[in-house]
Amino acid sequence: MQIASLTIDRIREGLLSRQFSAVELTEEALRFAEGENPRTGAYLRLSPERALDAARRVDERMARGEDPGPLAGVPVAVKDVILTKGITTTCGSKLLAGYVPPYDATAVVRVEEAGGIILGKTNCDEFAMGSSTENSAFGPVRNPVAPDRVPGGSSGGSAAAVAQGTAVVALGSDTGGSIRQPASFCGVVGVTPTYGRVSRYGLTAFASSLDHIGPFARTVKDAATLLRAIAGRDPRDSTSAGAPVPDYAALFGGGLKGLKLGLPREYLKDLGSEVGDLISRGVDVLIRLGCEVREMSLPSTGYAIPCYYIIATAEASSNLARYDGVRYTFRSAKSETLSDMYRNTRGEGFGAECKRRIMLGTYVLSAGYYDAYYLKAQKVRTLIARDFARAFEEVDAIVAPVSPFPAFKLGEKMDDPLAMYLSDIYTITGSLAGIPCMSVPCGRTAGGLPVGMQLLTTHFGEPAMFRLAGAFEEAGGLN
Amino acid sequence: MRITEKEVRYVAGLANLTLDDTEVARFRADLDGILEHMDKLNEVDTAGVEPMTQVLFEQAAGLREDVIEAPLGNEAALANAPQRGPGYFKVPKVVER
Repeated sequence: MQIASLTIDRIREGLLSRQFSAVELTEEALRFAEGENPRTGAYLRLSPERALDAARRVDERMARGEDPGPLAGVPVAVKDVILTKGITTTCGSKLLAGYVPPYDATAVVRVEEAGGIILGKTNCDEFAMGSSTENSAFGPVRNPVAPDRVPGGSSGGSAAAVAQGTAVVALGSDTGGSIRQPASFCGVVGVTPTYGRVSRYGLTAFASSLDHIGPFARTVKDAATLLRAIAGRDPRDSTSAGAPVPDYAALFGGGLKGLKLGLPREYLKDLGSEVGDLISRGVDVLIRLGCEVREMSLPSTGYAIPCYYIIATAEASSNLARYDGVRYTFRSAKSETLSDMYRNTRGEGFGAECKRRIMLGTYVLSAGYYDAYYLKAQKVRTLIARDFARAFEEVDAIVAPVSPFPAFKLGEKMDDPLAMYLSDIYTITGSLAGIPCMSVPCGRTAGGLPVGMQLLTTHFGEPAMFRLAGAFEEAGGLN
Repeated sequence: MRITEKEVRYVAGLANLTLDDTEVARFRADLDGILEHMDKLNEVDTAGVEPMTQVLFEQAAGLREDVIEAPLGNEAALANAPQRGPGYFKVPKVVER
């Protein structure tokens, strides 16, 4: 069994035809992950006991003649900002190095209910803040395609595990691009669903109005299958949407004739030649498949970066206030007074990027600056959301780059935080509007680095998005 | 210069973060550059535009039934405490007797 290239369907076939049991597959997956992980560092820890328990339950269900579930036997990697009961969950931070959650995230529960196997927890930028996974307190992750380069971030570990084959699918989180960008850098599929499509219960909060949990996979169909399993209303997350969850994977096929695609001129103007060329060739494939493509405008694009970074850091400064040495494992030894405890715990525990964002967020919310920055940014957010709403009256989906460049070298961009922020330009807009978006592999640069093409559509438009991506993939992408 | 070292220390105080002198200098420079970029928002006319605080699709589903559900429990809740007493998190003394 070629473990590194398994799909959900192939696993199901293998289980139902008794080629292997879930336990056998899980044992093999654990062995393979153990052996291959040092190459990239994608996983922070494997969870063999939990994985084998879940595998045994799948085998038992099958023995009883029951359907083992849509994710039966599928090894799933989970980003370490997503809580897993009884399995250490660090959020990539010293502050939570020894934290063992007393409950599971809803998405994790649903993966297991669907028969999925939680194989382990993947490395990420600290508290999901970053675009390279270099901000993890536990070391960076290496891109499996090019080991001297980053996998992207903040869900770098999840993307790398799927690309490397040490997971079949993975859960990541996306606030400003943290699923789409690593998917692009590692050459896998990454989906950021509509805001509220997947419950955030058990996702360590970074920016509550922007956070999403979403799937990574090697195929569009597998991403769609995983999304369906985890999506849907959760009474534990009051922002989770009640809209029914379609059977995304079943809606594939049907051709793209007449589908109208928009190309935002603001996204294309500063695009570097290699990425621009690959996206352009991707668009050509979509045209060949029957889509009508037209140029369009998202006029507020130029204000998206300041808008995003004000809102995201403001919300983050609030969400990260809870890490104060009282409840969650780490407390500074220099804690004579309560005030010392708070300040020293946080001063010693947070990495530089988290501190920077907390400072920025605190500043924009502070008295005298709130109106000029935070309130202003929220109004600009409305304009950005309106841009998309207007666009989707004219087109069915938007095609865009994910990142201005492919995977950069480890250490290359650590000195210029603002430059890092500016590179998020293509992904933060979708996050601000709460619309679904995804990255699908779209060829490689001359140097062999993967580049992803982004598809965006209207709220709850995942079916159309998957249809587009699925057809693109079936046509062979750029091959 | 948009932000001084004094302001950086003030904000760090609000955020309950201890910063050493190197950090203060470094963050002053970082924030200065970032805040300059943020000033771009002044170019946009947002008169009459409602702030977007949330991506809202529907009214909140309302309250759940008033039925007792199993709580997390003290043991589970305190399991990750840096310091604990019976049924509580222990912290340094706040009030001097």
